[in-house]
Amino acid sequence: MSRIKKLYNWFEMRLQLEAPVKEAVLHPVPKSTASWWYVFGSAAMTLLMLQIATGILLALVYVPSGSEAWKSLDMLNHQLQLGWFLRAMHGWGSNFMVAVVLIHMAQVFIFGAYKFPRELTWILGVFLLLMTLGMAFTGQVLRFDQDAYWGLGIGASIASRVPLIGGPLVNLMLGGPFIGGATLSRFFALHVFVIPGAMLVFTGLHVWMVLKLGINEWPMPGRVVRRNTYIQEYNELAHKDGVPFVPDAFWKDLFFSAAILAAVAICAFVFGPYGPSGQPDPTIIQTAPKPDFFFLWLYAVLSYLPPNLETPFVLIAPVIGICILLALPLVAGEGEKSWHRRPVAVLVLVTVAVSWATFTHLATFTPWSPIMDAWSGDPVPPKLVHSETPLERQGAVVFQAKQCRNCHSVDGVGGQRGPALDTVATRLTEDQLIRQVLQGGGNMPAYGKTLSPPEVTALVHFLETLKPANQPGAVDASRELQKAQNAAPQAAQP
Amino acid sequence: MSEEKKVTRRTLLMTIGFVFNGIVAAAITVPVIGYLLSPVKKKGAYNQWISLGSLSQFPEGQTRLTEFINPFKNPQDGETAKTPCWVRRTGADKFQVFAINCAHLGCPVRWFPQSELFMCPCHGGVYYADGERASGPPERGLFTYDYKLVNNELQINAGLMPTLADQARLVTITGKGKSPCLG
Repeated sequence: MSRIKKLYNWFEMRLQLEAPVKEAVLHPVPKSTASWWYVFGSAAMTLLMLQIATGILLALVYVPSGSEAWKSLDMLNHQLQLGWFLRAMHGWGSNFMVAVVLIHMAQVFIFGAYKFPRELTWILGVFLLLMTLGMAFTGQVLRFDQDAYWGLGIGASIASRVPLIGGPLVNLMLGGPFIGGATLSRFFALHVFVIPGAMLVFTGLHVWMVLKLGINEWPMPGRVVRRNTYIQEYNELAHKDGVPFVPDAFWKDLFFSAAILAAVAICAFVFGPYGPSGQPDPTIIQTAPKPDFFFLWLYAVLSYLPPNLETPFVLIAPVIGICILLALPLVAGEGEKSWHRRPVAVLVLVTVAVSWATFTHLATFTPWSPIMDAWSGDPVPPKLVHSETPLERQGAVVFQAKQCRNCHSVDGVGGQRGPALDTVATRLTEDQLIRQVLQGGGNMPAYGKTLSPPEVTALVHFLETLKPANQPGAVDASRELQKAQNAAPQAAQP
Repeated sequence: MSEEKKVTRRTLLMTIGFVFNGIVAAAITVPVIGYLLSPVKKKGAYNQWISLGSLSQFPEGQTRLTEFINPFKNPQDGETAKTPCWVRRTGADKFQVFAINCAHLGCPVRWFPQSELFMCPCHGGVYYADGERASGPPERGLFTYDYKLVNNELQINAGLMPTLADQARLVTITGKGKSPCLG
């Protein structure tokens, strides 16, 4: 017997792992599941391992202190060999992990994998998704920069909207009365101990159930899940038309995991680490905080909600959403698995995906945010004022100096909070313009107190020039009639 | 089955062992709940009077950015112990001190003296010079700090991060300002 075999036997005699491991890796799975569609779960686990490894390496240097965290990240980025790369791997690993977990979830949803007897596997998966998102958010906080600071402010503001216990919740979240060192310490504990610990336990149980209950078979229209017959049907399928999990299905998992790891490394190498952006100094208020990619959709939703719906929505919608996800396998535990027979499921998935993508896309250019320096940075284009009267030019100055540009674009430059004003003269009459400027409305502040009457006159005269060359401006019909009547007798007189 | 259910000396001892563990665990963990909840304090416990400096820094009719050091700071807070705020002086002894945090979701609002508006960069909340809501998603005006004038100095009652949880109640109970429900 070779030396290696002897050594193996020495350990095996004591550990006795061979039998259970063999059972797990050689268990038969339905042939159809040895598919490239079944690789996302194992890829998510690979990414979890990557996050743990890179996280430990970063923790060797990172200082979870309000006064030191930013500096230690700066040191990782610039002074330590490959420190930047590990930060980049951890940051991109997080992005990939959220993405892969979501894809995995969409896949098992559309394949009906949550149905009997895999309800609990799905429920634990829902918690794993929530924990993945929790890791993404707490990780962003640990990057203790300006975005993290104001992101915590947003978190505290949302917590403060909870009725009755809002105040104590804010203090619990911040670890005191304000965002500071205590806040960072508790987010560090969550990110490094609490959530990863829970994640490992949940992942273990999740995988255990996949091994024990068998991987979900490829759904076929007409193959209906029934509680009393399913397990027998599945076992027949796995044994008659089955293949051993290793290597027949497993090689695809291996290939995909390696490809994902390579993709993370390439992204990390090409795009580098995330931030840190500016130091977490609250007195530097020239900042427009923005969440990381996977919370951009939420950022967009929060800006589009009407004010009176915001608190109910923010507090109730997530609870309802999570309850629906948890209840799904218990309510729809039987029936068709195939997407060919589940139009509602397909529609839900498509709707969610399209809404998510739309909100995320909107949040990348935030049309609802005023552009804070448009008034000082983007001059009124000369072509708009080259042939105007002195009064109209004065109006252009008012338009610029009173920050109108922060919310209104002309010639494609400026904020998008309000409508673009390139053709405003074709939409609003002189009187309507004056009213809009003085009283505001429709989400515009009233300028009656801050503009003098000559400024309003000049501004409105300038706005009246904003129309395409060959198009008439909007006119007030009754005033035009009055003008015509006034003009008519004069014309008749001579 | 019925035989197994019988209480023997050993199963009784085991049950007592479980109960004993439970008692010890409860005795240890219950006080720890107090440790976990220690950041929660009574209303007002997180506020103190802090000086923003001499009145001469704040010219009449103007709105200026200033900052204070949080009275509850710890050494590990670093820069975050500082908090900015906007001070508007409307008369010789009349002030308004606004929190930097937008009443919507807490982002830092910026003052534009030309148009006399506060604008928030996050979701586009806008406020008038007196802090009233002008437009955008906020449901109320800017948060204000209580102030007093002591020895030619402006003092504010601050410490707790202003949020809807503590300030909304303040407005309704004392009847100061407009009800937040009126927007």
